[in-house]
Amino acid sequence: MEGNKSIPKKRTHFLASQKVAPYVFVAPFILSFSVLTLYPTIKAFIMSFQRILPGQVTFIGLSNYVRIFNTPTFFKALQNTTIYMILTVIILVTIPILLATILNSQLVRFRTFLRSGLFIPALTSVVVAGIIFRMMFAESETAIANQIIGFFGFEPINWRTKAWSAMFLMVLLASWRWMGVNVLYFLAGLQNIPNELYESAEIDGANVVQKFFHITIPMLKPIIIFVTTISIIGGFRVFEESYVFWETNSPGNIALTLVSYLYQQGIQQNDMGYGAAVGVIVLLIIFVTSIINLIISGAFKRSDV
Amino acid sequence: MKLKHKRMIYSILITVFMLIVTLHALFPLISLLVSSFRPSSELFRQGITFNIQWDQLSLDNYKYIFTQADQYWKWYGNSIIVSLLTIILSLFFSSMVGYALAVYDFWGKHLLFVIVVFIIMIPFEILMLPLYQLMTTFRLIDTYTGIILPSIISASAVFFFRQYALGLPKELMDAARIDGANEYGIFFKIMLPLMTPSLAAMAILQGLFSWNNFVWPLLVIRSNSMFTLPVGLQTLLTPYENNYDVLISGSIMTIVPIVLLYVAFQRYFIAGLTAGGVKG
Repeated sequence: MEGNKSIPKKRTHFLASQKVAPYVFVAPFILSFSVLTLYPTIKAFIMSFQRILPGQVTFIGLSNYVRIFNTPTFFKALQNTTIYMILTVIILVTIPILLATILNSQLVRFRTFLRSGLFIPALTSVVVAGIIFRMMFAESETAIANQIIGFFGFEPINWRTKAWSAMFLMVLLASWRWMGVNVLYFLAGLQNIPNELYESAEIDGANVVQKFFHITIPMLKPIIIFVTTISIIGGFRVFEESYVFWETNSPGNIALTLVSYLYQQGIQQNDMGYGAAVGVIVLLIIFVTSIINLIISGAFKRSDV
Repeated sequence: MKLKHKRMIYSILITVFMLIVTLHALFPLISLLVSSFRPSSELFRQGITFNIQWDQLSLDNYKYIFTQADQYWKWYGNSIIVSLLTIILSLFFSSMVGYALAVYDFWGKHLLFVIVVFIIMIPFEILMLPLYQLMTTFRLIDTYTGIILPSIISASAVFFFRQYALGLPKELMDAARIDGANEYGIFFKIMLPLMTPSLAAMAILQGLFSWNNFVWPLLVIRSNSMFTLPVGLQTLLTPYENNYDVLISGSIMTIVPIVLLYVAFQRYFIAGLTAGGVKG
């Protein structure tokens, strides 16, 4: 014994061994994932083939889907959601790129303050944002929005009752809240662009616009793809931006979105099977659109993303 | 013209432009803040307006909320409880998984990683109705547990922790093993403390998400005394009652703690947001 380096012979318990420990670490997650994500996902598909009444569940095949595709309200919701998605993607990709590019320039002072200022709206809950926007766009002619258009000689508008202004309100609310977040994403991307690229372009006599389109945009491509993808997904999932203005009862369904329709049918009308079918359709739309977007933007090409 | 002068003029122009843009971004919040000092009846009638009668500004709405609005403070308490529990549980669950994925080799590791990616892609909306049914079955409607449960799974946090844990020095683990520490001791006493910056970033992100979370609480909460702030504030927006005193000062009081946290821990906010991607 003497002379031997004494390694403590404390036998590690089976559960504490290196083989078993990782499983113990992941077990709570696996368990909660199974109950709270996997099971509900499968259940949603099953429910979409069922008529669910209290204490009585019957399989009705594709009836829910047939009913959905024969309901004009669904197509109204699909139309509103698609327009909303397209507008928010355009606004929330292009403007943040421009703002981030400007903010990244050495010429701008107070950059930390400006970045924070742009980001602070993202801290606001959608409900508080809705409260603010409802009061700014109130129907009275003294409300700010009507005062501004009045200054340019227009009549006061009842913002929440017209189709175009309803869409405008939702897109404005979303753009206001998410602008700063996307600026942060693009800023993070810009900081990874090596300065030498710009310097050598300058030597070649490139101007600001040329540098932007030939260096900044191509170098930001992975981030552009990322932001576009999350904006598409977020666009199709829109619900809160509509709910805070109208709950689920906008006049003539001018602001009904797919998820508002799901909520209205599944929860308020308690038609769970039908609501679940709407959910499945939303899921499929999101999957298909994201994949098309990724293919078009070349994210699958080679291994550069 | 001298190049230096030209640069200075550009600099001023761009800075002024960005200041104007930022002012527009902050304008809604500033106007809310100013309006919170206006008489609530005026606010109800006029909305947020440029015609502010400065002599009418007062602290009345705040006096009211601090003395009469017990209900509002009940919601505030609920929001604090729900946010804290969400932070603790989601961090606990996801840090362990992220850590295990980063430092161990074990059977099923890659499958687990695929599952995490899969969760990020599933929109919450499709889970809403089945989860609601599940909560009804287990009688969790209108309970804190019911509100919190779905948020304890955060795939983006798992991602973030895995990424962070990949950078931890594994030699420390071997050294600790030789000293006789077991795997759990290594995690809780050595590695987890090293992960503090990532824990801070995720705590802030989860806290922000939970404090502002609206859709799920809207579904599972029934009684007024269980409302969280967003759900409660939304119910005050009725065209019939005049709750605008609580509505407006209450909105300000909802944002203030978050903005203060942001100012204090800005770098963690930014680290969490830009590395973790969207909330999953």
